[in-house]
Parts: sequence; C-alpha cells; structure tokens
Amino acid sequence: MHILAFAEQREKQLKKSSFETVQAAKGITHQLGARLTVLVVGSDIEGVAAALGRYGADRVLVVDSPQLERHSSTAYAKAIAEVAAREEATVLFLPASQMGKDLAPRVAVKLNAGLASDCVALHVKDGEVVATRPVYAGKALLDVRVTSPVKVFTLRPNVFTATPTDGAAQVEKVAVEFSDSDFASVVREMKVAAGRPDVTEADIIVSGGRGMKGPENFHLIEELADVLGGGVGASRAVVDAGWRPHDEQVGQTGKTVSPTLYIACGISGAVQHLAGMSSSKYIVAINKDKDAPIFQVADYGIVGDVFEVVPALTEELKKALGKG
Amino acid sequence: MRIAVCVNHVPDTETKIKIAADKRAIDPAGVNYMLSPYDEIAVEQGLRLREKFGGEVIALGLGGEQHKETLRKALAMGVDRAVLLKDEAERDSFAVAQGLAEELTALHPDVLLFGRQSIDYDSAQVGTLVAEMLGLPSVAVVVKMEVEDGKVICEREIEGGHEVVETQLPAVFLTQKGLNEPRYPSLKGIMAAKKKPIEEKPAIAVDVRVEAIVMHKPPAKGSGKIVGTDKSAVPELVKLLHDEAKVL
Repeated sequence: MHILAFAEQREKQLKKSSFETVQAAKGITHQLGARLTVLVVGSDIEGVAAALGRYGADRVLVVDSPQLERHSSTAYAKAIAEVAAREEATVLFLPASQMGKDLAPRVAVKLNAGLASDCVALHVKDGEVVATRPVYAGKALLDVRVTSPVKVFTLRPNVFTATPTDGAAQVEKVAVEFSDSDFASVVREMKVAAGRPDVTEADIIVSGGRGMKGPENFHLIEELADVLGGGVGASRAVVDAGWRPHDEQVGQTGKTVSPTLYIACGISGAVQHLAGMSSSKYIVAINKDKDAPIFQVADYGIVGDVFEVVPALTEELKKALGKG
Repeated sequence: MRIAVCVNHVPDTETKIKIAADKRAIDPAGVNYMLSPYDEIAVEQGLRLREKFGGEVIALGLGGEQHKETLRKALAMGVDRAVLLKDEAERDSFAVAQGLAEELTALHPDVLLFGRQSIDYDSAQVGTLVAEMLGLPSVAVVVKMEVEDGKVICEREIEGGHEVVETQLPAVFLTQKGLNEPRYPSLKGIMAAKKKPIEEKPAIAVDVRVEAIVMHKPPAKGSGKIVGTDKSAVPELVKLLHDEAKVL
C-alpha cells in the first residue's frame, strides 16, 4: 500500500499544518505497514522540501515548475492527482488549510475517491483508516470510513502534533505537464495582514465579546494577544455589530479553532460560540456574570470586570514572560 | 446572466445536539431547521448579480420534502424559481455533488453559487466537487467579488490574509460571511414565494463513499476552577497557566 501526503508551501515556506499532516500520515503508514511519499508543489521550491525529512518523510517528490509561480487550484489539483495515480497511492492526506480544502475535492473527483474532511483523529481498525471529524461545528464527532478504492483525508490544522526528529528525506523532482486550461483561475496577488497569527493557526487566542462594550475597547484584547504572541478572536455578536472584522469570528458561523490556550473576555458563551472553541486545550474565561455558560467549559475562570482583569493580566504576563 | 444557487437545509445554530438511537446521526426531533447561513449569503449574491446584469436566479436543493422550506425562503428573498432534487437517503458530499452536477449540467448557468460550507457536516466540499465534476474553475471562501468583461476578480480568505483570484466564467463561487449582508424577505416577497414554482424531480442514485460509523459527543469538559472574583486573582491565574497547564 502506498500513502501520499501533500505538504503545502506558501511563498516557499512550508506550513506547520504540513508538518502535522506528514507526521500523522507517517503514523498511519507505520500502522498499515505501507509506504509514504510526500509531495510538494510549486515554483522554485526544491530547496524547501528537505525539511520534511524531520517530520517522517523518507521520500519527497517535488513538482517544481515556473508555471506554478502564481497559485492555481486547478493546476495544483492536477499535479497531486497525477502523481497519486502514477505512484498508485490509495490513501492521500492533505492539511485542511484553506489551500488543502480547496484542492482536496478536486483531487477526490479526479481519483474517483471519497473524501473525509477536517479530521481531528485517525486510527487504523481492521486494516483500514477510521477518521474522526467534528460535525455541527464540534457539537458532535463522527467516526467515518471511506469505502472507495482511493481515499482522501484532510487534517485539521493545530490538532495533530509536529515534533521534529533527526530523519532525512530523499528529494526527487517529478514532471507534470500543464496546459493553458489548467489555469482557468489564478491567484493574482496575496494581501497578507501584518502581525498577528490567524485564529485557525494560532497557539493562543484572545477573544472578545459583547462584554467589551464597544470597538474602542478592543485594544485591551489586542494588547493581551500581543504579549502572548497570539491571535485575536471575536464572538458573533461583536462581528455582527461591526466592531470586529469577519475573519476574527470564532463559532459555528465563523471559524472553529483548537488553540493550546483560548482566553474568552466578556464572552457569555452562546451554543454556537462554544461549538467553535471548546476543543481548545485550555480555556480561560473572564466575565462578570458568574452564570455565563462560558464558565462551564473554562478550565480557569475569573468572575470579574474585563476592564480591570484584562489589563492586569496583560501586565502580569509582561512580567512573567520578561517583556515588562 | 443565468445564476444557480445551491442551498442546504440545516439545524439552527442554537440547536443543542442529541444523538439519534442508531448513533449514526443526530436526532432531528425538536430541531429547528433553516437555510444554511453561508448559503443565504450565496442567495443574496445571486440576487445582486441579477440586479446588475439581468437574467434569472435558480435555487437548487437536494434532499427530502422538508428542503422545500429552505427553497421557499430563497424564493421569498427573490429567487425566480427553485428545483428540489428529491432524495430521502443518506448521502455524503460526493453523492450530493453528483446529484447537483447532473442538474447543473442541464441548467448550464454562468455563475454557480454555494455557501462556503453547510453548517451541519461542515465538510466544505460540495461546491468544489461540483466545479471539478463540471470542469469549471472555482473560488472558495469568497469575501469580495467583482465581475468585469466576463472575468471575475474575487478576494478569498486564507490564513492571515486574502488571495486575489481571477477567473473566467462560467465558474463556481463559495461564499463567505462578509461578502454581503443578506436581505430579509419582504412581506411581498413571502407572498410571491407561495406562488412561485418548486420543481421536483428525483436526484440521480449514486453510491456513498464516506460511511458514518458512529457519532459521539466530544469529551465533556470537567467544570473548571474559579480562580477569583477580581483582578487580585490575576497572579494566581498566571501561576496556574504556567505551572499547571504549562501553556506559557
């Protein structure tokens, strides 16, 4: 059996979620007694591929073409499906990043494969992969099996571990032919927001809700996030009120997040918000209402005024982390 | 411009999930269903495109009789007509996409709109699967969309920023919150929707590739520790985060 893992690079940088995907794929490969190949696609990226050896890849294939300088999902999907078919890979893993979620369905159709997306756990039972995926924004978990001959899985970022080892990979270049029709859509430019990590990738998230009383008070949230090197999140109520941008919204109609630490400030904890963040490893809640549902999922709570507690926490952390 | 919008009928976001006796899905008893919020944004986008470029907007649903409720909502918002591809069986995303793709091949729209994901199974697959099945380009998680000279310039959300994507038409777009603010159906719209047709036809039968084994609740969080009731608790909190949780 041959397993193929896709490692995403952006701007010639491999993403952490790719290391997580490769290491998870390596674990499954081992359990199935299979062989693992990792694929990197892009332009002028041969040099970045070797780093994958430290996460369990023995063999890395690189589709490196100047035509891929600008990302095109149709061309990338073609490269992945073609290499998978050539290598006779029957199990594919991709990160459930925005790029992975865009590519996996196309790859699945090309390979006539079933796709289980956004998996948070994998195990092997009776020689096949069983994947656990959150449904209803994490209100429930569903164990699934893929029954088609070729199976595709995407893995949620920030859930699987990526621990570097001293392994090394053998990197090989492989060619895929592209035609103009493979570039029916292309990325013209990237607008990268400066500074804080995105909530889907952040290890620490500081989130604010209606208890912050207005957009002018969110600097308190930002300052706390910055001391921790974390991302800024928001509840649906404050996004709908226009206090914060949509891309910060955590919850069922926003982003589902799994950081190591989630600090909820002035968030009461509506069902749809809890669904999106309760898989965080540690949750801190700061809210003046002791009956707020957020305290039911919080590991640590302070029942108090966010306008006193949050700045005090920022100051204390500055001291503790030597940033004061 | 012919615009097709695919919509799904899903449990309300405030729903507390109860797992059904067979442990393979949720128990639908007492659950309120609604038009999936991202699909509502897709409907709104379809209406705005029609307002600008003329043409018609067709809403497409796949599922049981109850999906008519959601199609009715799309009609009330202003969609011209609706098609329900009827199927009571359990389908995975691939099978839903195959059903929709079959109908969309016949409809031949210029613009195909989907929500970026349904808020039930959260697979975020159907729109892109359909695009690949029809051999069309697609842009997912769209927060900005401008049509000019048969080309569409979109901004899509990625981790920590936006990608500006250029595509030709016909194409598939998966809409994200922030693209527009969906309108509320007017009373006139609601009345008119009652007279608009919902065409029904059976969805093509296909195999399911992703099988549910068991649905379970996430491990319950033990009730946490209230560290204190004002800012004097902050040093203790930091100590716990450092020594006990080891997250600092």
